[in-house]
Amino acid sequence: MSIVDVARENPTKYKLQVIDCDIHPAMTSWTEVHPFLEKRWIEHLSVYGSHLRHAFSEALTHPRMSPDAARVDAYPEEGGPPGSSLDLMQKQHLDPNGVELGMLIPLRWNPGSQRNLDFGVALTRAMNTWQVERWVKKEPRLRASVLVAQEDTDGAVAEIDARGGDPNFTQILILPRTDEPLGRRRYWPIFAAATRNNLPITIHVGGTGGHPSTGGGWSSYYIEEHHMVSQAMQAVLASLVLEGVFERYPKLRVVIMEGGLGWIPSFSARMDKHWNRMRSEVPHVTRPPSEIMREHVWFTTQPMEEPGSSAVLLDLFGRIGWDRLLFATDYPHWDFDDPRTAFKANLTESQRQQLLYGNARRFYGLDK
Amino acid sequence: MAGNRQVVGTDHPTRHKGAIDCDLHPAVPAMSVLLPYLDDYWREMVSVRALDRLNLGLTSYPQNAPLSCRPDWTLDGGRKPGSSLPAMQEHVLDRYQQRFGILNCLYGAQLFHSEDMAAAFCRATNDWIRDEWLSRDSRLRASIVITAQNTELAVAEIERRADDFRFVQVLMLVSGEMTLGRRQLWPIYQAAERLQLPIGVHAGSAYRHAPTAIGWPSYYVEDYIAQSAAFENQLLSMISEGVFAKIPNLKVVAIESGLTWLSGFVWRMDKTWKGVRVEVPWVTRPPSEIIRDHVRFTTQPIDAADEGEAILRLIDHLRSDELFLFSTDYPHWQFDGDAALPPGLSDTLSRKILSANAFATYPRLLKADHAMEIAL
Repeated sequence: MSIVDVARENPTKYKLQVIDCDIHPAMTSWTEVHPFLEKRWIEHLSVYGSHLRHAFSEALTHPRMSPDAARVDAYPEEGGPPGSSLDLMQKQHLDPNGVELGMLIPLRWNPGSQRNLDFGVALTRAMNTWQVERWVKKEPRLRASVLVAQEDTDGAVAEIDARGGDPNFTQILILPRTDEPLGRRRYWPIFAAATRNNLPITIHVGGTGGHPSTGGGWSSYYIEEHHMVSQAMQAVLASLVLEGVFERYPKLRVVIMEGGLGWIPSFSARMDKHWNRMRSEVPHVTRPPSEIMREHVWFTTQPMEEPGSSAVLLDLFGRIGWDRLLFATDYPHWDFDDPRTAFKANLTESQRQQLLYGNARRFYGLDK
Repeated sequence: MAGNRQVVGTDHPTRHKGAIDCDLHPAVPAMSVLLPYLDDYWREMVSVRALDRLNLGLTSYPQNAPLSCRPDWTLDGGRKPGSSLPAMQEHVLDRYQQRFGILNCLYGAQLFHSEDMAAAFCRATNDWIRDEWLSRDSRLRASIVITAQNTELAVAEIERRADDFRFVQVLMLVSGEMTLGRRQLWPIYQAAERLQLPIGVHAGSAYRHAPTAIGWPSYYVEDYIAQSAAFENQLLSMISEGVFAKIPNLKVVAIESGLTWLSGFVWRMDKTWKGVRVEVPWVTRPPSEIIRDHVRFTTQPIDAADEGEAILRLIDHLRSDELFLFSTDYPHWQFDGDAALPPGLSDTLSRKILSANAFATYPRLLKADHAMEIAL
């Protein structure tokens, strides 16, 4: 792997203040979780591996376009995959980019999609502890996410309740491609636990629910797969809103992470229009879906839209709601958004601050 | 209700005079009407298996769902909306003084798992449309219903209609067995290109897969909302697989797609393409350019609170006013009153959307006129 030196502006010249809502920590070796995993499951992992609705147990059937889907400059000199070295993460990202706070989003093993539910729950427990021990305790700027195995509702709820009082965790992480649409009733105890513990639910692209990526079958290419996560996010929101989840759990807050932004206004309008036409089917939804979304749903900004016009981008932010946008870099992935250049728009200083950290501070309750 | 509303200002039906309605839904009233067009074997099967007692109503369009029929377009006696030519004439063709209307028959013929059964019923449906609709109103044109799950049978059906220029398009559902760009389907697109037939991709699912990547939603309204995502996915597929590179004169018409998703779609797709185009080296141009050259969109429904403004925004974002084709989506309930084309558009733009864009998209539209003049 060749290491490319990226010329960066002198960090002192332009002082950044950033809350990065999407950082992917990795393991140097999978044995890193052994201290936190029961012997039975260590053996299970060695013998049977990861058991998903997927052709490869560890690899993706739409291989990414760069190794580990990563920036080529994110490989630690000491070895290990991008995102596995705290030292490099500090030097390359947290320090120069002025990251005041970074939310960890671990994606390894996809515990929520494991078909063996006991194994999935054990993995979430281990990886949650791993986040705290390996990262948060060593770097006060980082925060952990509560991974849950959502298909085992009881196991997921127990894990949320176990972590709820731990300030190292700021949110619950679920990947959108669940067994059933996330708003279905089997998942409601998770939403009850989330509100009970005052933790938002973050939905970051990914998961292997076994359903084709489109209602008309599987896509062939990564270029499709990379885009289709937006459509999956639409289905998640339609499900949450139209099942009446927010009516039932009025304090529930949801973050849609890495799902893109361009689709949000048209999708909101579409939901309103057809809800209005078919509302006799969903009498439990008593307000226009766009209103419900506006109140309960936030969106991270990466990968940033580039409509080619500052005015159009500003218009888009306005339609989504300026206060609903949370900045994210997706470090160390290839489509990383640099806080200096991500927004190809003429932002005022206060708009920039709002996007880079103001909204996130309020959202995660750090303003108190 | 809509039909009783006073006809004033921009809502006046004559504003649509000369329009080409690119999405009309004729309904097969009962399978019995298709019997004369089935061969002996299939007629016997209908009788032996009592196929004519099956209700082939689509899950994508429940007959009595509010979306499926506008209240003032229902028919007496519980007849299926869209099953009466005189009613269609009164409700849209005459009322809006349309020049042409394109019939997209959403009967279930193409949805059987048996390819042979599906092909027999598609053929019969097309024959029935020819005799009961096209031959009874010279303004009508139609899409060819095909079995997309079997390319050979689909191509045969397309070729069977080649000389009848009143068939102006090939009809496929947006969600079938495989993504629409897949190479197995290309013979259909090649036949369509050769015969100057756009591929009309209409909302609706064969339900071979869950309607969304996250599984089966609980409610019909979710299924319908997911249709616009299906259009995004299938356009992605067609562009990424290189359909338009390999079949350069192919036109695709997205029918009943909701429209406004298009802005976000091209932004994201252009950006992703810049990042990973090495995976699809045959995609040599930004996807937004490919869409401008090859894809058209019917105008109902328009997913926006401010429909006229929404069209202007789309034209600005897509940098083209040639993409949109007028439709009423009769008898589906997408708009009220006579505002089939939303207000606030200039006369020039209205003219383009109402007819000029459709003439450019459907080369066979006028050929049928010529053919009939010769026949006379």
